[in-house]
Amino acid sequence: MSSLLIKNLRKSYGSVDVLKDINLEAESGEFVALVGPSGCGKSTLLSIIAGLESVTSGEVMIEDKVVNNEAPKDRDIAMVFQSYALYPTMTVRQNMTFGMECRNIDKATQAETVARVAALLQIEPLLDRKPGQLSGGQRQRVAMGRALVRDPKLFLFDEPLSNLDAKLRVEMRSEIKKLHHNVGRTTVYVTHDQIEAMTLATRIAVMHHGVLQQYAAPKEIYERPANIFVAGFMGSPNMNFFAAKFVKTAEGSSIILDGSDGTRLPLPHNDYPGISDGEQVTFGVRPEHFSPAHEARAARKGNASVIVQVSVDMDEPTGSETILMCTIAGQKAIIVCEPDEAPAPGSVMDFEVDMSKVSLFDPKTEMRL
Amino acid sequence: MAETSHQAFDPLATGGRFRRLWAKGTVYALLAFFALLYLSPLVIIFMNSFRPLEEIVREGFISVPNALSWRYWAEAWSTFCLGGSCEGVSRYFSNTLMMTIPATILSTAFGVVNGYALSKWRFRYDAWVFGLITLGVFLPAQMTLLPWAFVLGKIGLSNTIGGLVLVHTIQGISFTTLFCRNYFLSVPDDLIKAARIDGAGFWRIFRRIMLPLSPPILIVCVIWQFTGIWNEFLFGTVFTSGANQPITAAIVAFSGSGTGERHYNVEAASVIFAALPPLFVYVIGGKYFVRGLTSGAVK
Repeated sequence: MSSLLIKNLRKSYGSVDVLKDINLEAESGEFVALVGPSGCGKSTLLSIIAGLESVTSGEVMIEDKVVNNEAPKDRDIAMVFQSYALYPTMTVRQNMTFGMECRNIDKATQAETVARVAALLQIEPLLDRKPGQLSGGQRQRVAMGRALVRDPKLFLFDEPLSNLDAKLRVEMRSEIKKLHHNVGRTTVYVTHDQIEAMTLATRIAVMHHGVLQQYAAPKEIYERPANIFVAGFMGSPNMNFFAAKFVKTAEGSSIILDGSDGTRLPLPHNDYPGISDGEQVTFGVRPEHFSPAHEARAARKGNASVIVQVSVDMDEPTGSETILMCTIAGQKAIIVCEPDEAPAPGSVMDFEVDMSKVSLFDPKTEMRL
Repeated sequence: MAETSHQAFDPLATGGRFRRLWAKGTVYALLAFFALLYLSPLVIIFMNSFRPLEEIVREGFISVPNALSWRYWAEAWSTFCLGGSCEGVSRYFSNTLMMTIPATILSTAFGVVNGYALSKWRFRYDAWVFGLITLGVFLPAQMTLLPWAFVLGKIGLSNTIGGLVLVHTIQGISFTTLFCRNYFLSVPDDLIKAARIDGAGFWRIFRRIMLPLSPPILIVCVIWQFTGIWNEFLFGTVFTSGANQPITAAIVAFSGSGTGERHYNVEAASVIFAALPPLFVYVIGGKYFVRGLTSGAVK
C-alpha cells in the first residue's frame, strides 16, 4: 500500500512555476529524502504535503485518500521544523501534549504517551524546562518528541539538522535513522545535504528548478544518475565530467577523451542505443573510481579498468583520504585516493579508471545514455 | 546577534583621569540642568497646592510653602465649584476613569487580535487592510470631529461617557494594531504552522501561543492608550458637557473665563489630580514600555 502518493502536482505563484509535474510515491514505512539545492522547491513540496500550502493542480494522497482540500490538522501528519518551532512559553511537556490537547485526548493517555516518548528520546529530565533553557541538540530531540507523541500516518522533516554543529549533526542523523527503524512510519525528509539523504533514505528524490530529476534508491542514484545534474549534485567531491567522443566498432564501444593522444577507453558493455559512432558525449567518472595503477587491483576488478595518465596540480589531504586536483588529457579532474598512495603535486602518474562505474551523458540533453 | 565577550564601550579606555573627571562633571551638570527645567513646573504646582491664597498673592507664584496643609487638596477633590456644580474634581475624575479604563482595554484587545490576524493569517489585500487601519495614526483628530458627532447623535450616545469610550476605542485601534502587528512579525511563522499541524485553530493559537508571548506589547499598548485617552481633551470638550465631561475638559474652566477670584492653590491641587494617573502608570510601567518598544529591534 502506498502511504503517500503525489500525482502530476503543480504549484505556481502567479506566473512562476515552483513545482512542475511532480510524481512521487512512498510505500508504507519508507524513508523518502527530498534533496536539491536551495530554491529547488523541496520545502514547498513538503509544505504542500503538510497542507500548509495549497495545490495549483494535481493530487496529494495520504493512505489512498485525496487530501488536497484538507486542513493540516485533518491529515494526520507530524512535522519537525528546521527552526524546531517549539512553543517558547510552554514547558517541554506542554509542547509535547499540545497536539493531544487540541485533539481532546484524555489526560491519562497524554501523560502515558509523553512518558513513553520521553523515555525513547531520553528527554525525561528536560520535561519541565522551557525551550529557552535547552541546548540545540536537546531542542532537536524535543521537536522530534512532539512529532512522535502523535503517532501520525506520515512524518515530515524540514531540514531538521541544519541548525546543529557538525558533530551533533552526525549523531542526530544516526538517531533519526534508529528512530525510523524503531517506529517504522513513512517519513518524508527534506535536506540540502546529499550525505544525509544517502545515509537515511530508502529512496531519494532529487529536485532541481521545481522538477523531479530522479527518484530512486540511494545506490541507484549514486551509481546510475539520470542526468548530469543528479550526477553532479550527489557525491562529494563532485563527479568529473570529461568531453569525449563515442566510438562504436565490432569489438565493442569505447570513448576517446578530447585532447588525448587518441587512446581508446573501452566501455564495459555495448548497450548504448541512443548514440552512434563518432558522437560527442559527456563522460562522467566519480573521483573515487580512479586508483593508482597496480597489476593486482586491475585483476581484482575483473579487468574492467583502463589506464589514464594524470598530472597532479595540487593536493588536499583530509587525513582519511587525499583529494588531488589534476589534469587528464588537458581537462580538469578531481581524484580521491588513499593518503599513502597519493603522488606529490607536480608529478605525472598512471591511474586506472573503473570503467564498470562510469556514466555517459548526452552533452545536449544532459540525460544519461 | 553574536555574543561578544568584551564590553561594548569601556569608559576606562578613553584617556587621562582629568579628562574623565571633567567629562563626567559636564555630563552631570547638563543632565541636572535639564532635569530641573523639566521638573520645575511640577514642583511649583505641587508647592502651590499647599499654600493659602493670601500667601500666594503676597509672596508670588514661585515660593516655598510656609506650612503644609492638605486642605486645598480635599477642597479640590470634593467641594470646589467647577463648571456649575460644587462637587470638586472627583466627579470628573471618575468620569475619566470610566472612560479610560474600558476604552484602553477594548482598543488593546482589538489591536492584539488585529495584529495577530494581519501578521500570522495573511490574506489577499491584507497589506491594504493594514494600511487603511494605520491611516488613522496619521489622521488629525479634528478631521474626525464632524463624522463622530454625526455618528454619536445617530446612535444616541451624544454627551455620554459611553460615546467617548466608543470614540477612543475606535481611534485607538489604529495605534494598537500597528504596535501589535509589528511586534508579532518577530514571532516565527513556524510556530503557527506547527500549531496548525498540531490541530489548533485561530483562537487556540491566539490564546495558547500568541497571548503568552504578548506581555511586552500589551504593556506598551496599555500605557500608550491609557495616557493618551486620559490626557485627551478635544473629544471630551466637543462631545460632552456639564457633569459628563472628562477631567481634562472640566479643568478648562480654570483658564480664565471665570469672573470671581482665582483659587490658585485649589486649582493647583485639581491639576495634580488630573495628572496623577498617567504619571502613576508611567512610573509603574515605564521600564516595560521602553523595553516593549525596542523589543524586536534588538533580539
